Amino acid sequence: MTDILDPETRIRTPRRATGRPVGSVHSAYLVLESMWTWYRGNWKATVFSSVGLPVLYLLAMGLGFGSQVRAGAVPGGVAYVVYLAPALFPAGAVQTAAGECTFPVLSGFAWSKRYIGVTASPITPSEIVFGELLWVTSRLIVSGVAFLLVALAVGAVSGRGILLSLVFGVCTGLAFGAPLIALAASVGGDGRAFNAVFRFVVVPMSLFAGTFFPITQLPAWVRPVAWITPMWHGTELARGAAFGTLSWGSALVHLGCLALMFTAGLLLARWRFRVRLTS
Amino acid sequence: MPNALVSATGLVKRFGSFTAVDGIDVDVQPGEAFGFLGPNGAGKSSTMRMVACVSPRSGGDLRVLGMDPDVDGPAIRARIGVVPQADILDNELTVRQNLQVYGRYFGLSRAYVRAKATELLAFAQLTDRADDPVEPLSGGMKRRLTIARSLVNEPELLLLDEPTTGLDPQARHLLWDRLFRLKQDGVTLIITTHYMDEAEQLCDRLVVMDGGRIVAGGTPAELISRYATREVLELRFAPGAQPAAVPKVRALVDRIEELPDRILVYTADGEDTLTALHDADVRPQSSLVRRSTLEDVFLRLTGRTLVD
Repeated sequence: MTDILDPETRIRTPRRATGRPVGSVHSAYLVLESMWTWYRGNWKATVFSSVGLPVLYLLAMGLGFGSQVRAGAVPGGVAYVVYLAPALFPAGAVQTAAGECTFPVLSGFAWSKRYIGVTASPITPSEIVFGELLWVTSRLIVSGVAFLLVALAVGAVSGRGILLSLVFGVCTGLAFGAPLIALAASVGGDGRAFNAVFRFVVVPMSLFAGTFFPITQLPAWVRPVAWITPMWHGTELARGAAFGTLSWGSALVHLGCLALMFTAGLLLARWRFRVRLTS
Repeated sequence: MPNALVSATGLVKRFGSFTAVDGIDVDVQPGEAFGFLGPNGAGKSSTMRMVACVSPRSGGDLRVLGMDPDVDGPAIRARIGVVPQADILDNELTVRQNLQVYGRYFGLSRAYVRAKATELLAFAQLTDRADDPVEPLSGGMKRRLTIARSLVNEPELLLLDEPTTGLDPQARHLLWDRLFRLKQDGVTLIITTHYMDEAEQLCDRLVVMDGGRIVAGGTPAELISRYATREVLELRFAPGAQPAAVPKVRALVDRIEELPDRILVYTADGEDTLTALHDADVRPQSSLVRRSTLEDVFLRLTGRTLVD
């Protein structure tokens, strides 16, 4: 077909769009920023789930139940609440990750469909994953700090090492959250799959992965199950840091395991986001 | 064509063994409104997703703004606007926040998106609702907000997938008016629709798609003159009487289409034909002469109506 348009009717100087692609780091930040815009109007609904639960554990198990705990080999001369507090960083982080990385992520695909809108912008699916992880990280830090303040207030803190416990808690949350994001990007419809995760992963892990008592108290054949949970590695790190008993070697091993879970989750999540958003 | 904003050659999209788009050639020129007309499942939306750089092509060649979507997806998406079929607004944000947050994804500064949001709210006639949540807005308002959002980066090319599906007539006309304005501003529009009145209203040029292929292309007037007669005579019969009438009608004219509820008679002069039919003792319950539309073109090309 020949060009029959009169040159005079053509737009002489086609205007240029104002949008421009942004780098990956900036993109992830922009996803975080959008979450923050949402959070400013909705933060109240999230306070209990992110701070309330670990605080309740600290009060009920640490102070209440702990008042009945006699000093033995463990807790090793400290009050039970002091023994418990650092382990509640990874425990709380797992709860926060379970909340932030399941239904809200599925909603981005299935209900609010906000990821579909973002995908039409210069931001790529993989950058959305980074942004979500950045968001989860900031939630983990805020929850950790809030819990730290409560622990300080009830006298459950033994020393400055607890700051490292907070950091290790964040690592634990990310190691658990990244694979959950990959799962949330893969499941359909109503998110029924998450109930299985809560029931058969989060709850048993919370009870048996070393938060309330060392896993050496478990039958020998059960212990390997604890070893593959991020919470156990996080608990070893957090408690070791708080009491100064953490060696460089074991710190590296535990952190390595958490890094492995995080990386595997991240790669899976990027793949699932790409498949689901750009097919 | 080197100037084409969108240029596709032998473009193919497959999902497993299903071929949604089966080798189409399309060129969209700057400043024009280009339409993809076809029934559901014709491959229009799959084509749009490829042009929008959110769906990699399975074969053929595609250039958008002179770039390859496989390589320069983010750079292309930064300069286009997309209005998807379903409104995917953030219901938990306000109307204004929806525009601002979205604008930020395009690398735009906070000051810019703030000013732009105010301007777009006026364009979309939503200034009164700026700080309301999105959820309670009417369908037409949400659609306008979705279009406003797609304009936040002042796109050179705007893709609209079924822009008025599900809207009442008043809301449709309001939306068409906004799209005309955009076109006057020099925005190139690509529109998919299965409404022929929409295609006739909005599109300078369009292609008819069916089964993943382009079956015809041209301006609406060209298509009508090429594939339909000047007028169409619609005949409705008493229940059960239509089958008996069909052979008599067929004997008198070159082409008819039998639909379940009526017969369409293609003719240069509807009144003349109606008189001739009366003389041949064809007695419809009611008759209507109208000019041909793209619907008739589509019926001719595919043997099916657009909205089944």
